[in-house]
Amino acid sequence: METSEKTIAVSIWRGSEAGRYETFTVPLRDNQTVLDIVTHVQRNLDPTLSYRFACRVGVCGSCAMTVNGRPRWTCRTHVSKVVEDGKLEIGPLANLPVVKDLATDMSRFFEKWQDAKGAFVPSKTRADEIEPIAPSSPERRAADAAIECINCGVCFAACDTVRWNEDYMGPAALNRAWTLVNDVRDKGQAERLFAVSQGGGCHACHTHQSCEQHCPVSLNPTASIAGLKRRSMHAYIRGALK
Amino acid sequence: MNVRLYVLQRTTAVLMVPLIAVHLILIFYATSRGLSAAEILGRTRGSLAWGLFYGAFVVAAAMHGAIGVRGVPLVVLADIGEHMRLARFAQP
Repeated sequence: METSEKTIAVSIWRGSEAGRYETFTVPLRDNQTVLDIVTHVQRNLDPTLSYRFACRVGVCGSCAMTVNGRPRWTCRTHVSKVVEDGKLEIGPLANLPVVKDLATDMSRFFEKWQDAKGAFVPSKTRADEIEPIAPSSPERRAADAAIECINCGVCFAACDTVRWNEDYMGPAALNRAWTLVNDVRDKGQAERLFAVSQGGGCHACHTHQSCEQHCPVSLNPTASIAGLKRRSMHAYIRGALK
Repeated sequence: MNVRLYVLQRTTAVLMVPLIAVHLILIFYATSRGLSAAEILGRTRGSLAWGLFYGAFVVAAAMHGAIGVRGVPLVVLADIGEHMRLARFAQP
């Protein structure tokens, strides 16, 4: 419900890499999210505005954008919490090529998941018994701490090392690898540990913790990467990694 | 940085902790006693132990420092490139 006739001037990125910010005047409402603002602009002011969203409730990870200079999930970001001096600037995620307006090409982000061997490699068939995994086991608890990633790309956009090093796999891909390293059912461990121990892998992380700072679901990819560093180092010392 | 360089840098760091401690104690000892460079050399020259000590120190520091400095041009060049890219995103 609209509680006042107040409006806000919103700057939104238009165009691809070579573009500019365009300012729109949008009515302010109670409990208004940044995604609500973008949707209002697209439905009422400029239907050519491109952006990406799906669930609107913080599950799908589609709607991440740069809001006043910080990467955020826009569907769960209230305007009142992020507006600075009455201004709101909304741009595409950093560290990814811009397709148009607020939509980035996330191919590179997901290719890094492949590079980090982020796919489960089954060790059993459907004919085998389901392997019981105790919720209290150290491996399961380590995986649990990292498993709720929604693939939004916020950590990738926030990471300095991603910006510096195009070979770096990034926090999300390495966090995913860490969950699989702790999955006792997986049989791709040697290949995965080898992959994350190469030049663009876990050892490239500078532990700035921007990923942890910005992660919308409060994961700590830095801790996952630290876990990978330990496993990798131990494997190297044992001679299991060349 | 791959795992080989990572292990090498961390190992040399651990190795240098006691070496730096002894080196600092030596500096305080020499300065508090007002020893000249010639006097210090007179006490240490020809000593296999001090040769090994500072030889190990130089090798460890060279490896540790070189691996660390190796990343600096990468970061600086990437930052310059990123600032040039961000300049196009700046508000008019």
